[in-house]
Amino acid sequence: MSEQFELSKLIFGRLSWESIPLHDPIILGTFIMVLLGGGAIVGALTYYKVWSYLWREWITSIDHKRIGVMYMILGIVMLLRGFADAIMMRIHQAMAFGDATGYLPPHHYDQIFTAHGVIMIFFVAMPFVVGLMNYIVPLQIGARDVAFPFLNNLSFWMTAAGAALVMASLFIGEFAKSGWLAYPPLTGILQSPGVGVDYYIWSLQIAGVGTLLSGINFVVTIVKMRAPGMNMMKMPVFVWTALCTNILIVAAFPVLTAVMTLLSLDRYLGMNFFTNDLGGNAMMYVNLIWIWGHPEVYILILPIFGVFSEIVSTYSGKRLFGYSSMVYATLVITILSYLVWLHHFFTMGSGATVNSFFGITTMIISIPTGAKIFNWLFTMYRGRIKFDVPMLWTIGFMITFVIGGMTGVLLAVPPADFVLHNSLFLIAHFHNVIIGGVVFGTFAAITYWYPKVTGYKLDPFWGKASFWCWFIGFYLAFMPLYMLGFMGVTRRMSHFDDPSLQIWFQIALGGAVLIGLGIACFLIQLYVSYKKRDSLRDETGDPWDGRTLEWSTSSPPPKYNFAFTPKVYDNDAWWHMKANGFVRPTSDFLAIHMPKNTAAGIVVAGISTVFGFAMIWHMWLLAGLSFTSLIVTIIIHTFNYKRDYYIPVEEVARTEAQRTEVLA
Amino acid sequence: MSHSAVIPAAGESGKFEFLERGEHHVANGTLLGFWLYLMSDCLVFAALFATYGVLSQNFAGGPTGADLFDLPLVAINTSFLLFSSITYGFAMLQMQQNKLNGTIIWLAITGVFGAAFLGLELYEFYHLLHQGAGPQRSAFLSSFFTLVGTHGLHVSFGIIWLVTLLVQLKKHGLTTANRRRLFCLSMFWHFLDVVWIGVFTIVYLMGSMS
Repeated sequence: MSEQFELSKLIFGRLSWESIPLHDPIILGTFIMVLLGGGAIVGALTYYKVWSYLWREWITSIDHKRIGVMYMILGIVMLLRGFADAIMMRIHQAMAFGDATGYLPPHHYDQIFTAHGVIMIFFVAMPFVVGLMNYIVPLQIGARDVAFPFLNNLSFWMTAAGAALVMASLFIGEFAKSGWLAYPPLTGILQSPGVGVDYYIWSLQIAGVGTLLSGINFVVTIVKMRAPGMNMMKMPVFVWTALCTNILIVAAFPVLTAVMTLLSLDRYLGMNFFTNDLGGNAMMYVNLIWIWGHPEVYILILPIFGVFSEIVSTYSGKRLFGYSSMVYATLVITILSYLVWLHHFFTMGSGATVNSFFGITTMIISIPTGAKIFNWLFTMYRGRIKFDVPMLWTIGFMITFVIGGMTGVLLAVPPADFVLHNSLFLIAHFHNVIIGGVVFGTFAAITYWYPKVTGYKLDPFWGKASFWCWFIGFYLAFMPLYMLGFMGVTRRMSHFDDPSLQIWFQIALGGAVLIGLGIACFLIQLYVSYKKRDSLRDETGDPWDGRTLEWSTSSPPPKYNFAFTPKVYDNDAWWHMKANGFVRPTSDFLAIHMPKNTAAGIVVAGISTVFGFAMIWHMWLLAGLSFTSLIVTIIIHTFNYKRDYYIPVEEVARTEAQRTEVLA
Repeated sequence: MSHSAVIPAAGESGKFEFLERGEHHVANGTLLGFWLYLMSDCLVFAALFATYGVLSQNFAGGPTGADLFDLPLVAINTSFLLFSSITYGFAMLQMQQNKLNGTIIWLAITGVFGAAFLGLELYEFYHLLHQGAGPQRSAFLSSFFTLVGTHGLHVSFGIIWLVTLLVQLKKHGLTTANRRRLFCLSMFWHFLDVVWIGVFTIVYLMGSMS
């Protein structure tokens, strides 16, 4: 009997039928919806026989454009999940006053705010930013792909694997109840014996590998693969910001890997890094995680600054004002982002000297950021501004981000932070910069580059509707939180006593609903634009009278991006080509050297998911097997020496002839 | 709007050559990429060193470094690793002279030194566990085992890689791809050597003095 028990423990670890939360009607309902929805999608894909197409052209694709699109889709799907968490919290907090306890039990509420934070940062914002860089950077530097196309595919699938583990935690077991940065000792094994923190650790570890690899990939791509003539000071600003972001990724994510490893050693092997006894030091965790965490916020926002730079100059019909100051501002932010981490815990008690140092470095960051805002304003000054949807997002960003930046400077003053630390003021501040910056920027970027990706523009009506819902919704949802923060309301509360606060939470709920409408309008916009694609079609490849190289090729671009590598003379390379009578070549094409698709990426990521799942549930047998097969798979992959092929010259000529026909 | 892309402005064309008409060869970025990976790995070690620095005096009433470390043993171990770096250098010299067999032999010797290093390290760990000085005993020992163990894990993966590369060299010879791989492993191996010098100095030498 006991032998049998041991065997089942070896195989199933701590997983049992009790781990499936069938008793919770909310989760059960969601589970059924997901099953039905997922079943419908799988059924439809099978019915229309698109699996093999998906496998050949997308899942195993090493084309940076395809991978970029997959990142964006992952981001949109996870945005829906993250928003569902947000609206559940808003509804709960608007209800739970006095005798009313709200509809979420505290342990469920705690999982929701943790999942919301983790998902929005790691599986929404990161995929959006990495997806944009994937699609745009190689096109803007005149390259045919990234430096390591296979790694790029692997990076995407590792990110998706992390997302899959977070999603699995909803239905099998639980997620962490600790907040999105999982501070010990709360996340130590004594206080959190369940699987929630382990889900957190392994999803971040697996996704983190993907992010790190794509960081290395893009630094090498930008350093090594620029078109001839494009020296560093002729790179488009988006490429500059992408370079700085990827340097930050390479320099920050290893620290996250290290600190997650230390936390798991505490949890799995009973070590004492962050425990309360035997010499552990929990503040070491807080320091390390923010040494990753602060650069992380710049990893998210820098490429978005690049997006706005591209959009402002295109829609103002002008060269970007202060190109070199923009570049240096980006570099200064990159460096300073490493010197401010302690402002996240001024209240730790490091003393006045340390706190002042970090307070001052934090305030200094607002100088290069302010310079950027002025550069965008001066670019618009006396420009012929076209108020297309991307420009609306841009102006909305400039207003919102400045407010968020100013509340950030407020928080950078240590005495003020002692009052506002961990209050809803902080929550309002970082949503102000992340929604006003990263989210607005992502929507601006999607609208701006959508015709490049699909060949047709997005419908402007639904774009404007989405913008106004998001813009007004944001202010309604978060201005009340600033007020509540001033009144001393702390974050992560699942119940309130003081009834006078309730009205603010109800207003905030209204804002969240409006943001939900904004998301709905965006999805409708995708659908409507697809339906109206013939009238929205752009044949030229350059619908906005663009300035950079991605607009010089067709929409969508051919597999090889450019039939001939462009030579660059100006930082607005395509603008310069147009102004100087560039003639599109129609003959003398050459065969083009390209990398081959491979299934290794999804296989490695799939095994990693299994390994992570096995570690979470202490299924040691499966963990050992999957880890071994992971190593073996990677070794087998290295035995494949035939990784590239030539696109025959006839195919290039045929593709280009089609474009010539379309343009004529 | 973009008709200028199709219709040249009269008399303007020819001022600039806008296209690379021949085949455009992109520089191979593998070595730079691998170097960047090593720097990111270096940051993992930096975080572990920092943690060790913070926790290295937190003995929690347990044994200290001076009680535990066997310096002569560690000195032998260090020399194994340093010698393995030299022998890897010989392998690279053989590669430069296009001598496949010499490369393979020196590479194998490097692997043996690496394995000897690992063996002694495991012996040391076993000995410590036997004395009741396991990683659970105190924060100092947690950070010690993690820092030294992470280095050891790297050496283990280095050996797996080395064996794989031996097979690939046998199979395909000194091709461009294999030369690149030899270069990458070489950087990896020397990098681990440099990290070990940090470990030896900060953990063992300074720890024995306390």
